[in-house]
Amino acid sequence: MMKFFRKSNGKTKMTLRGKEAVAGLCFTIPFLVGFFGLFLPMLFKSISFSFSNMQVGNSGYILQKAADGGLEHYKRALTIDPDFNLKLLNAVKEMCIQVPLVLIFSFFAANLLNQKFRGRGIARSIFFFPVILTSGIILGIESSDILQNTLGPEGMLSSDDASTVFNISNFLMNYTNLPATFVSYLSEAVLGIYDIVIASGVQILVFLAGLQGISPSLYEASNMEGATGWENFWKITFPMISPLILVNSVYTIIDSFTSADNELMTLIKNTIFSEVKYGFGSAMAWIYFVLIAVIIAVVGGLISRKVFYTD
Amino acid sequence: MEQVKKLNGGAKFSLRGIFPEKKAAADGGAHRKKITLAKVGRFLFSIVRGVIVFGICYVILYPIFVKLSISFMDEKDLYDATVKYVPKTFTLENYRKVIEGLEYGKSFLLTTLMSGGVAFLQLLMCMLTAYGFARFRFPGKGILFGCVIFTLIVPPQILMLPMYMNFRFFDVAGIVKAVRGQSINLLNSGAPVIIQALTCTGFKNGLYIYMLRQFFKGIPKELEEAAFVDGCGKLRTFVQIMMPVAVPMMVTVFLFGFVWQWTDSFYTGLYMPKMALLSNKLGSLAATLSAKYQDMGGSMHFVTPGFASLMNNTGVLLVILPLVVLYLACQKHFVEGIARSGIVG
Repeated sequence: MMKFFRKSNGKTKMTLRGKEAVAGLCFTIPFLVGFFGLFLPMLFKSISFSFSNMQVGNSGYILQKAADGGLEHYKRALTIDPDFNLKLLNAVKEMCIQVPLVLIFSFFAANLLNQKFRGRGIARSIFFFPVILTSGIILGIESSDILQNTLGPEGMLSSDDASTVFNISNFLMNYTNLPATFVSYLSEAVLGIYDIVIASGVQILVFLAGLQGISPSLYEASNMEGATGWENFWKITFPMISPLILVNSVYTIIDSFTSADNELMTLIKNTIFSEVKYGFGSAMAWIYFVLIAVIIAVVGGLISRKVFYTD
Repeated sequence: MEQVKKLNGGAKFSLRGIFPEKKAAADGGAHRKKITLAKVGRFLFSIVRGVIVFGICYVILYPIFVKLSISFMDEKDLYDATVKYVPKTFTLENYRKVIEGLEYGKSFLLTTLMSGGVAFLQLLMCMLTAYGFARFRFPGKGILFGCVIFTLIVPPQILMLPMYMNFRFFDVAGIVKAVRGQSINLLNSGAPVIIQALTCTGFKNGLYIYMLRQFFKGIPKELEEAAFVDGCGKLRTFVQIMMPVAVPMMVTVFLFGFVWQWTDSFYTGLYMPKMALLSNKLGSLAATLSAKYQDMGGSMHFVTPGFASLMNNTGVLLVILPLVVLYLACQKHFVEGIARSGIVG
């Protein structure tokens, strides 16, 4: 505490450091109020909801402890409910497929957009356009369009294109030594290119910002030493950008888990508001969140080992 | 570009043998233009790059073109296998119906007001917070910034129910109940989202704080120090020195906030399902219009997929149209803001 206060003439006064701390806390007041006044209490309430049965009246709600020592809803979600486990597994599977592809694509696209070429401005604004397209209701409406999804071009590709991809992947499997899982992963990626492109707007932005932040003097120095572009990429660009790979993978994971067209999210929302099963819905949401947190912790831990920090 | 140049820059293979000497003769030998392998490589590379860029742009824009063409079609065109992209019976009927169904004028105004207000408040509050995190040392700063990231990780669905209950029976530390005898119902008003915006707990506000903090960190400290020395207060320094510099990033964050509020169906559907906002109207558009125009009589209430598709596609176009205009208007700032933020670290 001595850092922040000093004694002069018997009175306690603030040091410069102390004033700085006060100013900093003052600036962050909006967040502090929101976090401690709204966010955390809501989080704790949500936990208590998931362990209890709730009855809503006109003037408020009453909580009663759920059966099985409060674990009733959790047990039900994990062992009785037919949909939940399946959808949980699906969400994880979808995430495992999508996240690496989104990361690779957005990294590639950012490198592309960072180069100088004619029409770069237009290309950039088109690449960031999905930020508008993929938000909220638009995505929801899109996935509910039965006619376009069945009769029209599926996502992006017509049946001709799909069969082309199928033929090529057949060829690859029969005549090369590539493992079948890898080939099917690739063909899935090609067929789902629209979903990938659409999901990587913000990630491209982040990578592009990172690329622009790399000091040109680094490249100059390495060019003087006779490094090739390939070496430059792996020895300068990649390490400098690696913190952003961490940021982006976490962001992409969250995005894929919480997007409006995620089945599980719809299930949770319906359980709570259409079926009026408050406790059960909350329990499902918490199981889901714990799973997300574990996945993020594992992925973050793995990536942050490889991340290179300059300071 | 760089890569190819560097790859081939070392050894300059001349391709003059392959290409005829026409050019050399025309130049008279003085400024002979060499077609080197490097140049050919660069040319090929730029073609490949152009194709890739064009391809991706196509993938992004294609669905919009499809929507545009569908929006001018009649329902029977959708089932007609011979119709592709160009409508057989060109009609503006869809737009008329959708504008009526969305109550476009009214809901447009309300949505603009709402999105603008929320985005502005979010921007202001997140900026203050971000500046605090970027420039001042205070105890617990690291942990508190961890909390910012934590708010990003928690899915809003977890907080959905308690938030709903909170705003349904709104009360601040029992004060409201003591004064009015009962809690206030804030649902179906703009209050919940505004409260969330004011307290940085709105949609993806953690991301905004993060982006703004990185931006502020990238601005040289000397600017503010000069202001401090001249006796400028901290808040005034922030308003007069930092904010003008941060305009590109502010535009970016405002745009994000605006767009995400505009199309938000999660919080909007949760807190104010009865308000005449575009995202509310769009969600129930097909059902509303079908009840009006496709009345089959009796108890049949079935929305034909073709009709739903027409209405939804036209509706989406009308909803994103203002966003596209806004996006194009500030896209220069938008890209610049990102480019200058230097999010590394």
